[in-house]
Amino acid sequence: MSTLTAPASAPAPAPAAKDFKSATTPIWCPGCGDYSVLASLTRSFAALELRPERTAVISGIGCSSRIPAYTTCYGFHGVHGRALALATGLKLSRPELTVVVTGGDGDGYSIGGNHFLHACRRNVDLTYVIMDNHVYGMTKGQASPTTEPDWDNALTPGGTGIRPFQPLVIALAAGANFVARAFSGDVVGTADIIAKAIATPGFSFVEVLSPCITFRPEQREWRERVRPSPVPTTDDAARAARRIMTDDGFNLGVLYAGSRPPFQPEIGRARRSVAELAEEFAL
Amino acid sequence: MSADNGDRAAELLAQACVMEAEAAERYDELADQLALHGNAEVASLFRKLAGIERRHADTLADDLERRGIAPSSQALAAPGQEGLETAPGEAAHYLMTPYHALKIALENEEHALAYFTELAARDAPEDFRRLAQDFAEEERMHVALVRDWLARVPVPPEDWASDPDEPHTVD
Repeated sequence: MSTLTAPASAPAPAPAAKDFKSATTPIWCPGCGDYSVLASLTRSFAALELRPERTAVISGIGCSSRIPAYTTCYGFHGVHGRALALATGLKLSRPELTVVVTGGDGDGYSIGGNHFLHACRRNVDLTYVIMDNHVYGMTKGQASPTTEPDWDNALTPGGTGIRPFQPLVIALAAGANFVARAFSGDVVGTADIIAKAIATPGFSFVEVLSPCITFRPEQREWRERVRPSPVPTTDDAARAARRIMTDDGFNLGVLYAGSRPPFQPEIGRARRSVAELAEEFAL
Repeated sequence: MSADNGDRAAELLAQACVMEAEAAERYDELADQLALHGNAEVASLFRKLAGIERRHADTLADDLERRGIAPSSQALAAPGQEGLETAPGEAAHYLMTPYHALKIALENEEHALAYFTELAARDAPEDFRRLAQDFAEEERMHVALVRDWLARVPVPPEDWASDPDEPHTVD
């Protein structure tokens, strides 16, 4: 008698970029750079052959933090500045998931500034994509941590006069394992950088220059100012820091890629059921 | 037949098809953005442009199927860039007029025309050059069509982007 074996089911084809876009229409301003970052993000997911059901996009508050709703991945639109805390918890408890964190310069560097430092230091395997437009767009154009000190507008007449936050070099000093700068107008290049960031173990930080053409129309000129970094990626943090501190903020590419092992402690005890957890918290 | 087996004409056809589909998708995205912000006139124009690109993509897809060529996964583009006819994402503005939308379309069509013209002049197999010439001819017609539309819409005033209820006014 011959034994019949069931044919192995063919693996489902890898999703295309469009399969990572949800049916929810983004409500950003027309021309916002965040549309292009969404396109880059979905392209990078497709390039890495990720699956929406095995990928989570976590965010805080702000225009760019709307991104989870525009993807078909699992998502969490969290509390202002706390996206990294949420993502850290998720990745440590579900290490098999790809966890990407998204947000803006206000959410990430101001309200969530302390989480940013410690996420770099912990080096959990997360990819943090900041859409930096040097302004709080959602709340109508206040100066953010990365705003130029002389940006003169109705809310800060004469400018803030405050030295801008330097996210890339701070990330390096705090211990991020991968540091890159991208430009939203370069959809393909940004997708490539995000894919490299996700593929690199540890905490990967990608700052995307993403113009806010409503409150900072002059940022349309960024397209003319950005250029590929003239030097190759280094694994020497001190050299990368020196380069970042002496460039004009428009060199694009992977500026540092290290090899520090990610922080991923063993889950020490058996997971408990939801009922058991509920019992513990019952009043 | 696969588009990447060295048959350059097949490869060109397969990539051009993706290029047109990608352009249609971007015009639809721009239409969505403008519709959401109440600029129905420009939204409808972008939707029309998306329709034109999509019809072109469908025609090319039918041609691919007839010839038994597998679709490409990549749009025809300069290295490391989006498709030749894909409008830049930051091109839109909530107060833009049909004139601005048509200028974007014209730039895209002119990119494609220049590219196919250059391809057609290359030292390449006859079927490849003929196909590139056909594409260039099609793009030339599109350029003429968009120029004709442009001539029929008013040129916006210099202060078209000024908003009496501008979003960064302090409430």
